[in-house]
Amino acid sequence: MICPAVSSHLLQAVAVTKSFAGVHALRGVSFDLSPGEVHALVGENGAGKSTLIKIITGAELADSGTLTVGGRRVAHLDPAAARALGIAAIYQQPALFPDLTVAENIALPREGAGLLRRVDWQGHRQRARELFEQIGAAIDPDRRAVTLSMPERQLVEIAKAIDADARILIMDEPTASLTDREVDHLLDVVRHLRARGTGIVYISHKLEEIFAVADRLTVLRDGESIATRARDEIDRDELVRLMVGRDLAALYGARQVSDTRRAPGTPALQLSEVANAARGVRQVSLTVHRGEILGLAGLVGSGRTELAETVFGLTPLDGGEILVNGTPARIDTPADAIRLGIAYVPEDRPRHGVIADLSVAANTTLNNLPAVSAGGLIDGAAERRAAARYVEQLRIRTSSVDAEVGGLSGGNQQKVALARWLSIEPAILILDEPTQGIDIGAKAEIHGIIERLAERGVAIVMISSDLPELLAMADRVAVMRRGALAGTLLRDQATSQAVMALALGHAA
Amino acid sequence: MRREWSVGIAILLLAIVLAATAPSYFSAENLRDLFLVNMPVLVAAVGTMLVILTGEIDISAGSAFAICSVVSGVVAKSGAPLPAAGAAACMIGAALGALNGVLVAYGRIPSIVATLAAMVGLRDALRWSTQGAWIEDLPQRFQYLGLTQSLFPIVAAAMVTTLVAAVAGTLRHVAAGRMVYATGSSAEAARLAGIDTAAVKLVVYTIAGGLTGLAALLNSVRFNQIPSNTGLGLEMKVIAAVVVGGTAITGGRGTVTGTLLGVILLGAAGPALTFLGVSAQWERALQGLIILAAVTIDAARLPRGARFTRTSAAGV
Repeated sequence: MICPAVSSHLLQAVAVTKSFAGVHALRGVSFDLSPGEVHALVGENGAGKSTLIKIITGAELADSGTLTVGGRRVAHLDPAAARALGIAAIYQQPALFPDLTVAENIALPREGAGLLRRVDWQGHRQRARELFEQIGAAIDPDRRAVTLSMPERQLVEIAKAIDADARILIMDEPTASLTDREVDHLLDVVRHLRARGTGIVYISHKLEEIFAVADRLTVLRDGESIATRARDEIDRDELVRLMVGRDLAALYGARQVSDTRRAPGTPALQLSEVANAARGVRQVSLTVHRGEILGLAGLVGSGRTELAETVFGLTPLDGGEILVNGTPARIDTPADAIRLGIAYVPEDRPRHGVIADLSVAANTTLNNLPAVSAGGLIDGAAERRAAARYVEQLRIRTSSVDAEVGGLSGGNQQKVALARWLSIEPAILILDEPTQGIDIGAKAEIHGIIERLAERGVAIVMISSDLPELLAMADRVAVMRRGALAGTLLRDQATSQAVMALALGHAA
Repeated sequence: MRREWSVGIAILLLAIVLAATAPSYFSAENLRDLFLVNMPVLVAAVGTMLVILTGEIDISAGSAFAICSVVSGVVAKSGAPLPAAGAAACMIGAALGALNGVLVAYGRIPSIVATLAAMVGLRDALRWSTQGAWIEDLPQRFQYLGLTQSLFPIVAAAMVTTLVAAVAGTLRHVAAGRMVYATGSSAEAARLAGIDTAAVKLVVYTIAGGLTGLAALLNSVRFNQIPSNTGLGLEMKVIAAVVVGGTAITGGRGTVTGTLLGVILLGAAGPALTFLGVSAQWERALQGLIILAAVTIDAARLPRGARFTRTSAAGV
């Protein structure tokens, strides 16, 4: 399948080096891509994947090394030149124009050719339809982009890439916010593009996906290319070992030891027919016990986040009842929820989980400022001591507690978000996609933190689209479908098939 | 603190040039004048800075300033003592600020639109009700702190210093200050952290309005009359000072020290032209240049993508 003859390479990067402000992001990295190949780029956050992508797409210029595209050496690649060479990239968060229609979004890059030319609306719609047909998508070209779901946005991005006649397609974490079924469809599209001869650079933290679709894998670590292997020549354990540079035996193994503490504690949070018509949550009844990790599964859009936001008072319920520690509770605002000891770590961490402009110290203490204040004034020294304690406990990697959170890596930002909520010593902790877009090492650490909290008696609700993670972590798995509870599975019943059957509404 | 440093250095350079070429700039009289003219600007700028820190804007400060000035004059002429006139100005200002705050925070009207409506509406309402007439022959008592009184600059300086220090201290050391920065940095993240961002905005607009009232009082007590068109363009002056002082126009970043230095630089640079033998007509152009220089430094200093967390929110 793979023809390693040099001349056949679509793209070849040799000994690429790049440093930012004296810090090496890439050290002599080499990478190549052939037509009709899916080449996965794997590595922890900060390994240099993004920098390499930026160099290939012309967003950054390499300090040294050579880049060859289609057999020709390119010296100064800028984004426009990269596009002209047939290089297209699709990112985790598709950058569509929300208020324009799908057809306009696809046609816009071509509109630049003649500023005064009449806009060919009919042609744009027709072209969009053709493109969607090619990738097996059913999207109305007249819909505004803002109304599209995340997988639909990804498909529009892919349509744009095909339209631009991209021969090299870079996909950077395209499935981070997709459910398993949506991922399957996306991977089918990837295989279809590969069959057409497109070379695809595929980046993902989900190893299942990489093994499902990649022909070759290149592992980056600390800015160096560690190894390039054909898929058949490497197994999961070895890949993880290469990525983290150490033996990470228990990726999801931590849970087994603590099965002894499974005896459920007293109910911490009880939902009785909780409904929220505005958010599409319908009559959910659910109990979470002290010391229990309840996994909340379901397809994207099944109402998991909406349920969490209802319990946290962001959008108050309009039916049913919430009991905290057995007592009926009135939760109209997040402040009410916090008073009752409920903490909520939201998804979409870079935008909502942390306050990027504030320091690590200010972020960690934000929810419990009285603890570091005296007479209404914040005691700077006490605040920094408190933050330093969390930095140590949660192993947050930051240059200092005064550094801005926006500059930290995803995993460390998530730990800061966790620290902030741990500061109120929550009795109930709701985690929405706590490990999304986080590298494997940090993932395992966050799993460990969640574990320890459960052992200390915190009732945990964990929402995750990463099913293996959820099955490994949860004592029970509650599955939602279209705003309602489809069923609850005990740990030993909870297999991915059983969960998916409930999520999709098939008979279990 | 980098922006504060560069503005401070600019002020220092200006002072050196002036000391070498026009030493009369530093006469006690001129410095006192500069201080008195710019003190109300500083008070209003601190209020506007608070609004900008929450990620909003207020362009109605000049109109509110005029209304507060006229109200303080009318109250003073009715025979009420100076503190009453001051309280009236601050309360009217706070009420107008609260109105903006309600429109922005609870009415979900974009702040530029809400305060544009306030700016135009308030100005015309004032013109209609005063028929363009000035408030004249203010009682002697009202001018107790007037320009002729040597005590005024000292009392005013003490007041303004206390106020500025209080705002700076609150922003830095009181929980409420954190809420302001958090709201401006990311309203959604702040909301999810349990902060009532609408209340934060309402309070900040109200405080800014009250400060506009105080600024109006500090300005009015220096003169024998109050023009009904006073405060024209004040909003742009204060926004400029805030931006030059390093506050991010998108919210979430900025310090009182920066705003203080911004007011000093813009306030000192204009009059300096006259002393350097340049026509005063160039004052606005010079201020424009300073603003441009300030934002250019920002654009050059922040690498592309450094503001990723904010700009990425623009995608769908």
